[in-house]
Amino acid sequence: MALPSESITINLGPQHPSTHGVFRLRVTLDGEVIQDIEPIFGYLHRGTEKLAEERSYTQIVTLTDRLDYTSSMINNQAYVLATEKLAGLEVPERGQYLRVLTAELQRVASHLMGIGFFLQDLGAMGTPLMYCFRERERILDLFEMVCGARVTVSYMRPGGVNQDPPPEFWPGLKELLSDLPHYIDELERLINENEIVLARTKGIGVLSRELAIDSSISGPNLRASGVAWDLRKADPYDVYDRMDFDIPVGSNGDSYDRFLVRVMEIHQSLRIVEQCSKDIPDGPVRADVPYFFRPPAGDAYAHVEASKGELGFYLVSDDGIAPYRCKIRAPSFINLTALTEMLLGWKVADLMVIFGSLDVNMGEVDR
Amino acid sequence: MTTQLQGADIGQRLQGAFPNAVTAWGDDEVRVQSDTIVEICQYLKDTPDLKMDYLSSITGVDYVESFEVVYHLTSLTHNHSLVLKTTLYGRDDVALPSVIGVCKGAGLQERHVWDLIGIGFTGHPNMKRILTWEGFPGHPLRKDHLGG
Repeated sequence: MALPSESITINLGPQHPSTHGVFRLRVTLDGEVIQDIEPIFGYLHRGTEKLAEERSYTQIVTLTDRLDYTSSMINNQAYVLATEKLAGLEVPERGQYLRVLTAELQRVASHLMGIGFFLQDLGAMGTPLMYCFRERERILDLFEMVCGARVTVSYMRPGGVNQDPPPEFWPGLKELLSDLPHYIDELERLINENEIVLARTKGIGVLSRELAIDSSISGPNLRASGVAWDLRKADPYDVYDRMDFDIPVGSNGDSYDRFLVRVMEIHQSLRIVEQCSKDIPDGPVRADVPYFFRPPAGDAYAHVEASKGELGFYLVSDDGIAPYRCKIRAPSFINLTALTEMLLGWKVADLMVIFGSLDVNMGEVDR
Repeated sequence: MTTQLQGADIGQRLQGAFPNAVTAWGDDEVRVQSDTIVEICQYLKDTPDLKMDYLSSITGVDYVESFEVVYHLTSLTHNHSLVLKTTLYGRDDVALPSVIGVCKGAGLQERHVWDLIGIGFTGHPNMKRILTWEGFPGHPLRKDHLGG
């Protein structure tokens, strides 16, 4: 006797511990198996692009902090690069080194958070998360020394950075660089070969190379699918062309690869920070730029390798003190393009794993 | 370094392949007719020495007298990039073909342009608002939204 059955549609979010922010997903299920999804965005939409049209170029730096709020330094960097391209500003060398240094520290902090929450979503109930956060705290302490804020840093400015780090920053950084790599090794020993992690992430949510490129995926998600594309190498900015580092690339495009690529990127970022702290020259940290400046009419697009992917700013100037249009190419938003293809056919428990492995940030998705 | 393809080179090549499509070119941008955008993007993707297979970004800009849609295309194989621009006139029912058939990455981005600027993309399977809610009055990024 065949039992009648029907699909059920459930609502995931927007308040949910595993949706990495306010994200809503309507999931149509056949038992536990996902048949269809409908993502609903916009719960954190604050109108950043519209607000930017009413603020001067220097003021917009504060808006950029709050996009991907786990990655503020890098958001600042992308934006000020676009402003400098538009206005033809030159950044002094020390300023460039400081930018790369703080951006890479931010990448480590963001990846630690992404990894910590990914393990949390797998059900590790807090301990690995707190291990990651304990180390992230040390990076945030360094940020507080440099610019006074831990999360919404607003450290960079068109033309350079806001101020030189205080003297106590450098010994603090040296201590971090001597401890953190060993700490990450310890984390890897605990996690990488862990039976539960392997069982729940290996082969889950495979994103093929072709689909990744076609869906404009960027960042660790693209690299985990086997595409060796990193804007720091492909289109270097600031002093990345002088840095010696590798790009971890995955082979299977599954959730385990996405997670592992992030862990390995932390090691590479620490290499870059080490090189920056050794090679940084003396000099001014910012070009002499007036608070209100008017870039000539025109447009410019600048992109950086943010912790989540390609973060780009497209600015249009009409010779005013505020941009005519400020468009934010948000990696987390575009990384969700392939979400349906990645989730179909998996179970609800795998949904958390796959979504967590994408490491999206709703501040960036919704802007 | 990603090479910016020269507007003049690409403009002339595109003009050869699609006689009436190209309207102008600048240093690193090519302007095309809005109804030819799909063929142009497909040509840029399929031609082996161009292979623009990666759509970085689609932007809509409201210039009051016109709208502009800007496509930033990249080739991951050749590491070069191009800016395509197309102009649309009118205020209501402004639309152009969707490039989702060429590049799936256009899916969410075109919905974003529709939602905030009000430029429709014909042929898109899910042309719904994405960041504002269904029933939201107007298109927020327009210059005349709520009195401007």
